[in-house]
Amino acid sequence: MADVVDVYRSPHVLEYPYVRSTGPIVGAYLTGLRDGRIMGAKGAAGRVIVPPTEYDPETAEELTELVEVGPGGVVTTWAWVAEPREDAPLAEPFAWALVQPDGADTGILAPVAASGPEAMASGMRVTASFLPTDERQGRVQDLRCFVPEEAS
Amino acid sequence: MTEETLPPVTMLSTPIRLDYDFTAGLAQSKTLSGYAQGKFIGQRCPKCKKVYVPSGGSCPTDGVAMDEIVELANCGTVTTYCVVNVPFAGQSIELPYICAQILLDGANISFMGLIQEIPTDEVRMGLRVEAVWVPEDELGPNLSSVKYFRPTGEPDADYETFKEYL
Repeated sequence: MADVVDVYRSPHVLEYPYVRSTGPIVGAYLTGLRDGRIMGAKGAAGRVIVPPTEYDPETAEELTELVEVGPGGVVTTWAWVAEPREDAPLAEPFAWALVQPDGADTGILAPVAASGPEAMASGMRVTASFLPTDERQGRVQDLRCFVPEEAS
Repeated sequence: MTEETLPPVTMLSTPIRLDYDFTAGLAQSKTLSGYAQGKFIGQRCPKCKKVYVPSGGSCPTDGVAMDEIVELANCGTVTTYCVVNVPFAGQSIELPYICAQILLDGANISFMGLIQEIPTDEVRMGLRVEAVWVPEDELGPNLSSVKYFRPTGEPDADYETFKEYL
Protein backbone atom coordinates (compact mmCIF):
# COMPACT_ATOMS: atom_id res chain seq x y z
CA MET A 1 0.00 0.00 0.00
CA ALA A 2 1.11 3.53 -0.74
CA ASP A 3 2.93 5.58 1.88
CA VAL A 4 0.65 8.54 1.38
CA VAL A 5 -2.85 7.91 2.59
CA ASP A 6 -5.81 10.18 2.10
CA VAL A 7 -7.38 11.20 5.36
CA TYR A 8 -11.03 10.35 5.13
CA ARG A 9 -13.72 12.76 6.21
CA SER A 10 -17.38 12.04 6.43
CA PRO A 11 -20.56 13.50 7.84
CA HIS A 12 -21.60 11.58 10.95
CA VAL A 13 -25.06 12.07 12.39
CA LEU A 14 -26.09 10.90 15.82
CA GLU A 15 -29.80 11.15 16.46
CA TYR A 16 -31.98 10.08 19.36
CA PRO A 17 -35.69 10.06 18.46
CA TYR A 18 -37.08 10.79 21.92
CA VAL A 19 -40.80 11.06 22.56
CA ARG A 20 -41.81 12.19 26.03
CA SER A 21 -45.03 12.85 27.84
CA THR A 22 -45.56 16.50 28.64
CA GLY A 23 -47.38 16.36 31.95
CA PRO A 24 -50.34 18.66 32.63
CA ILE A 25 -48.53 22.02 32.82
CA VAL A 26 -46.12 21.77 29.89
CA GLY A 27 -48.95 20.08 27.97
CA ALA A 28 -51.22 23.05 28.64
CA TYR A 29 -48.45 25.45 27.57
CA LEU A 30 -47.91 23.56 24.28
CA THR A 31 -51.66 23.24 23.73
CA GLY A 32 -51.86 27.01 24.20
CA LEU A 33 -49.08 27.66 21.68
CA ARG A 34 -50.78 25.37 19.17
CA ASP A 35 -53.96 27.41 19.66
CA GLY A 36 -52.07 30.72 19.37
CA ARG A 37 -51.98 31.61 23.07
CA ILE A 38 -49.15 31.97 25.58
CA MET A 39 -50.03 30.46 28.95
CA GLY A 40 -48.32 31.11 32.27
CA ALA A 41 -48.65 29.55 35.72
CA LYS A 42 -49.85 31.61 38.64
CA GLY A 43 -47.39 31.12 41.44
CA ALA A 44 -46.96 32.32 45.00
CA ALA A 45 -48.14 35.90 45.65
CA GLY A 46 -49.76 36.04 42.23
CA ARG A 47 -46.46 35.91 40.37
CA VAL A 48 -46.99 34.63 36.80
CA ILE A 49 -44.31 32.28 35.53
CA VAL A 50 -43.81 31.78 31.78
CA PRO A 51 -43.20 29.18 30.44
CA PRO A 52 -45.30 27.66 33.23
CA THR A 53 -43.62 25.42 35.78
CA GLU A 54 -45.23 22.58 37.70
CA TYR A 55 -43.90 23.91 40.99
CA ASP A 56 -43.30 27.40 42.27
CA PRO A 57 -39.54 28.00 42.02
CA GLU A 58 -39.48 29.80 45.38
CA THR A 59 -42.02 28.03 47.58
CA ALA A 60 -42.06 24.64 45.77
CA GLU A 61 -45.86 24.65 46.01
CA GLU A 62 -47.63 22.76 43.25
CA LEU A 63 -49.04 25.09 40.60
CA THR A 64 -52.27 24.36 38.78
CA GLU A 65 -53.76 27.73 37.81
CA LEU A 66 -52.91 28.82 34.28
CA VAL A 67 -53.46 32.30 32.90
CA GLU A 68 -53.05 33.70 29.42
CA VAL A 69 -50.31 36.29 28.94
CA GLY A 70 -49.10 38.38 25.98
CA PRO A 71 -49.23 38.35 23.02
CA GLY A 72 -47.34 41.64 23.49
CA GLY A 73 -44.30 41.87 25.69
CA VAL A 74 -41.01 43.56 26.48
CA VAL A 75 -37.49 42.49 25.54
CA THR A 76 -35.42 42.36 28.71
CA THR A 77 -32.11 41.10 27.28
CA TRP A 78 -31.00 39.99 23.84
CA ALA A 79 -28.11 38.74 21.71
CA TRP A 80 -27.81 39.21 17.96
CA VAL A 81 -27.31 36.15 15.75
CA ALA A 82 -25.58 37.51 12.66
CA GLU A 83 -25.04 34.11 11.03
CA PRO A 84 -27.88 31.73 11.87
CA ARG A 85 -26.92 28.06 11.86
CA GLU A 86 -28.80 25.59 9.73
CA ASP A 87 -31.02 24.53 12.62
CA ALA A 88 -31.74 28.05 13.87
CA PRO A 89 -35.42 28.96 14.21
CA LEU A 90 -35.14 31.71 11.61
CA ALA A 91 -33.10 31.63 8.41
CA GLU A 92 -32.41 35.38 8.41
CA PRO A 93 -30.25 37.06 11.08
CA PHE A 94 -32.29 37.51 14.27
CA ALA A 95 -31.96 38.10 18.01
CA TRP A 96 -32.27 35.56 20.78
CA ALA A 97 -34.11 37.49 23.46
CA LEU A 98 -35.72 37.11 26.83
CA VAL A 99 -39.22 38.42 26.26
CA GLN A 100 -41.44 39.16 29.24
CA PRO A 101 -45.01 38.88 27.96
CA ASP A 102 -47.60 41.35 29.25
CA GLY A 103 -49.06 39.92 32.44
CA ALA A 104 -46.03 37.72 33.14
CA ASP A 105 -43.28 38.18 35.72
CA THR A 106 -40.64 36.12 33.92
CA GLY A 107 -39.25 35.95 30.39
CA ILE A 108 -39.42 33.43 27.56
CA LEU A 109 -36.29 32.77 25.55
CA ALA A 110 -37.46 33.38 21.99
CA PRO A 111 -36.26 34.62 18.62
CA VAL A 112 -37.02 38.23 17.71
CA ALA A 113 -37.24 38.95 13.99
CA ALA A 114 -35.71 42.42 13.78
CA SER A 115 -34.11 44.14 10.81
CA GLY A 116 -30.73 44.35 12.54
CA PRO A 117 -29.02 44.77 15.90
CA GLU A 118 -29.66 48.55 15.69
CA ALA A 119 -33.38 47.74 15.76
CA MET A 120 -33.00 45.86 19.06
CA ALA A 121 -33.02 47.37 22.54
CA SER A 122 -33.76 46.25 26.05
CA GLY A 123 -37.19 47.59 26.91
CA MET A 124 -38.50 47.48 23.33
CA ARG A 125 -42.06 46.29 22.74
CA VAL A 126 -42.59 43.11 20.75
CA THR A 127 -45.53 40.89 19.92
CA ALA A 128 -45.87 37.16 19.33
CA SER A 129 -45.94 35.79 15.81
CA PHE A 130 -47.22 32.22 15.52
CA LEU A 131 -46.85 29.74 12.68
CA PRO A 132 -49.89 29.47 10.41
CA THR A 133 -52.61 27.41 12.15
CA ASP A 134 -52.17 24.35 9.93
CA GLU A 135 -48.41 24.21 10.61
CA ARG A 136 -48.66 24.21 14.40
CA GLN A 137 -47.90 20.89 16.04
CA GLY A 138 -48.01 21.60 19.76
CA ARG A 139 -44.30 22.41 19.96
CA VAL A 140 -42.41 25.44 21.27
CA GLN A 141 -41.63 26.28 17.63
CA ASP A 142 -45.35 27.02 17.11
CA LEU A 143 -44.49 30.41 18.61
CA ARG A 144 -42.31 31.22 15.62
CA CYS A 145 -40.85 34.43 17.02
CA PHE A 146 -41.64 37.85 18.41
CA VAL A 147 -41.64 40.86 16.10
CA PRO A 148 -41.09 44.54 17.00
CA GLU A 149 -44.47 46.05 17.77
CA GLU A 150 -44.19 48.99 15.35
CA ALA A 151 -43.51 46.51 12.53
CA SER A 152 -46.40 44.22 13.38
CA MET B 1 -60.11 22.73 11.61
CA THR B 2 -61.06 24.77 14.66
CA GLU B 3 -58.96 24.78 17.78
CA GLU B 4 -61.85 23.49 19.89
CA THR B 5 -61.79 20.17 18.00
CA LEU B 6 -58.12 19.47 18.74
CA PRO B 7 -57.26 17.37 21.79
CA PRO B 8 -54.83 18.75 24.39
CA VAL B 9 -51.13 18.13 23.77
CA THR B 10 -49.88 15.31 25.98
CA MET B 11 -46.87 13.96 24.07
CA LEU B 12 -43.87 15.71 22.60
CA SER B 13 -41.35 14.48 20.05
CA THR B 14 -37.94 15.86 20.98
CA PRO B 15 -35.33 14.35 18.67
CA ILE B 16 -31.80 15.22 19.61
CA ARG B 17 -29.49 15.42 16.64
CA LEU B 18 -25.76 15.96 16.54
CA ASP B 19 -24.16 16.65 13.18
CA TYR B 20 -20.49 15.81 13.12
CA ASP B 21 -17.91 16.31 10.41
CA PHE B 22 -15.83 13.26 11.23
CA THR B 23 -12.16 13.19 10.28
CA ALA B 24 -10.73 9.71 10.49
CA GLY B 25 -7.11 10.74 11.00
CA LEU B 26 -4.06 9.01 9.51
CA ALA B 27 -4.24 5.69 11.33
CA GLN B 28 -7.94 5.03 10.84
CA SER B 29 -7.71 6.24 7.25
CA LYS B 30 -5.15 3.50 6.58
CA THR B 31 -7.55 0.91 7.94
CA LEU B 32 -10.41 2.43 5.94
CA SER B 33 -8.41 2.47 2.73
CA GLY B 34 -7.71 -1.21 3.42
CA TYR B 35 -11.45 -1.94 3.43
CA ALA B 36 -11.68 -0.26 0.02
CA GLN B 37 -9.10 -2.82 -1.19
CA GLY B 38 -10.71 -5.79 0.55
CA LYS B 39 -7.96 -6.02 3.18
CA PHE B 40 -7.69 -5.74 6.94
CA ILE B 41 -4.97 -3.21 7.80
CA GLY B 42 -3.64 -2.87 11.34
CA GLN B 43 -0.66 -1.34 13.07
CA ARG B 44 2.01 -2.81 15.32
CA CYS B 45 3.23 -1.21 18.51
CA PRO B 46 7.01 -0.69 18.35
CA LYS B 47 7.25 -1.43 22.09
CA CYS B 48 4.94 -4.34 22.92
CA LYS B 49 4.78 -5.62 19.31
CA LYS B 50 1.06 -6.14 19.54
CA VAL B 51 -1.00 -5.61 16.40
CA TYR B 52 -4.17 -3.56 16.64
CA VAL B 53 -6.94 -3.58 14.05
CA PRO B 54 -8.46 -1.14 13.54
CA SER B 55 -5.64 1.01 14.83
CA GLY B 56 -6.19 4.27 16.64
CA GLY B 57 -2.64 5.38 15.83
CA SER B 58 -1.14 4.87 19.27
CA CYS B 59 -0.74 1.84 21.48
CA PRO B 60 -3.38 1.90 24.24
CA THR B 61 -0.96 0.14 26.61
CA ASP B 62 2.33 1.90 25.87
CA GLY B 63 1.02 5.23 24.62
CA VAL B 64 3.53 5.34 21.79
CA ALA B 65 2.82 6.08 18.14
CA MET B 66 2.45 3.02 15.94
CA ASP B 67 3.97 3.52 12.52
CA GLU B 68 4.37 -0.03 11.26
CA ILE B 69 1.54 -1.07 8.99
CA VAL B 70 0.49 -4.70 9.10
CA GLU B 71 -1.79 -6.40 6.64
CA LEU B 72 -3.74 -9.10 8.44
CA ALA B 73 -5.06 -12.40 7.18
CA ASN B 74 -8.54 -12.66 5.73
CA CYS B 75 -9.34 -15.37 8.27
CA GLY B 76 -9.48 -15.68 12.02
CA THR B 77 -11.01 -17.36 15.04
CA VAL B 78 -14.32 -16.69 16.78
CA THR B 79 -13.44 -15.86 20.38
CA THR B 80 -16.89 -15.01 21.72
CA TYR B 81 -20.25 -14.50 20.07
CA CYS B 82 -23.84 -13.51 20.67
CA VAL B 83 -26.96 -14.84 18.96
CA VAL B 84 -29.22 -11.86 18.34
CA ASN B 85 -32.90 -12.82 18.63
CA VAL B 86 -34.44 -9.59 19.83
CA PRO B 87 -35.75 -7.07 17.29
CA PHE B 88 -34.65 -3.48 17.83
CA ALA B 89 -35.05 -0.07 16.18
CA GLY B 90 -32.81 0.27 13.16
CA GLN B 91 -32.30 -3.49 12.77
CA SER B 92 -31.29 -4.29 9.20
CA ILE B 93 -30.34 -7.98 9.33
CA GLU B 94 -32.85 -10.82 9.46
CA LEU B 95 -33.11 -12.48 12.88
CA PRO B 96 -31.64 -14.56 14.33
CA TYR B 97 -28.08 -13.63 13.47
CA ILE B 98 -24.70 -13.91 15.11
CA CYS B 99 -22.47 -11.10 16.13
CA ALA B 100 -19.01 -12.40 16.99
CA GLN B 101 -15.64 -11.21 18.16
CA ILE B 102 -13.13 -12.52 15.65
CA LEU B 103 -9.41 -12.67 16.30
CA LEU B 104 -7.90 -12.18 12.84
CA ASP B 105 -4.73 -14.20 12.28
CA GLY B 106 -1.82 -11.92 13.12
CA ALA B 107 -3.88 -9.52 15.29
CA ASN B 108 -3.74 -9.06 19.05
CA ILE B 109 -7.23 -7.69 19.41
CA SER B 110 -10.54 -9.09 18.27
CA PHE B 111 -12.70 -7.56 15.60
CA MET B 112 -16.50 -7.49 15.62
CA GLY B 113 -18.20 -9.22 12.70
CA LEU B 114 -21.33 -10.91 11.48
CA ILE B 115 -21.25 -14.70 11.04
CA GLN B 116 -23.28 -16.25 8.21
CA GLU B 117 -23.49 -19.51 6.22
CA ILE B 118 -23.79 -21.59 9.40
CA PRO B 119 -26.85 -22.42 11.55
CA THR B 120 -26.85 -20.24 14.65
CA ASP B 121 -26.75 -23.24 17.00
CA GLU B 122 -23.51 -24.48 15.40
CA VAL B 123 -21.44 -21.38 16.03
CA ARG B 124 -18.87 -21.93 18.76
CA MET B 125 -15.81 -20.44 20.38
CA GLY B 126 -12.75 -21.42 18.33
CA LEU B 127 -14.66 -21.63 15.04
CA ARG B 128 -12.38 -20.71 12.14
CA VAL B 129 -13.93 -18.10 9.84
CA GLU B 130 -12.98 -16.01 6.82
CA ALA B 131 -14.21 -12.63 5.63
CA VAL B 132 -16.52 -12.41 2.64
CA TRP B 133 -16.26 -9.04 0.95
CA VAL B 134 -18.80 -7.27 -1.19
CA PRO B 135 -18.15 -7.36 -4.98
CA GLU B 136 -15.09 -5.35 -6.00
CA ASP B 137 -17.07 -2.51 -7.56
CA GLU B 138 -18.94 -2.05 -4.27
CA LEU B 139 -15.84 -1.91 -2.04
CA GLY B 140 -15.49 1.36 -0.19
CA PRO B 141 -13.53 2.86 2.72
CA ASN B 142 -16.01 1.62 5.32
CA LEU B 143 -16.99 -1.51 7.21
CA SER B 144 -19.88 -2.18 4.83
CA SER B 145 -17.21 -3.63 2.54
CA VAL B 146 -17.04 -6.66 4.85
CA LYS B 147 -20.21 -8.54 3.98
CA TYR B 148 -19.81 -11.11 6.75
CA PHE B 149 -17.58 -13.92 7.99
CA ARG B 150 -18.22 -17.60 7.18
CA PRO B 151 -16.70 -20.87 8.38
CA THR B 152 -13.53 -21.95 6.59
CA GLY B 153 -14.07 -25.64 7.36
CA GLU B 154 -10.72 -25.87 9.16
CA PRO B 155 -10.60 -27.66 12.53
CA ASP B 156 -11.48 -25.40 15.47
CA ALA B 157 -8.68 -23.37 17.01
CA ASP B 158 -7.36 -24.62 20.33
CA TYR B 159 -8.72 -22.61 23.29
CA GLU B 160 -5.15 -21.89 24.43
CA THR B 161 -4.54 -19.89 21.22
CA PHE B 162 -7.23 -17.30 21.93
CA LYS B 163 -7.90 -17.43 25.66
CA GLU B 164 -6.03 -14.16 26.21
CA TYR B 165 -8.41 -12.34 23.91
CA LEU B 166 -11.74 -13.06 25.58
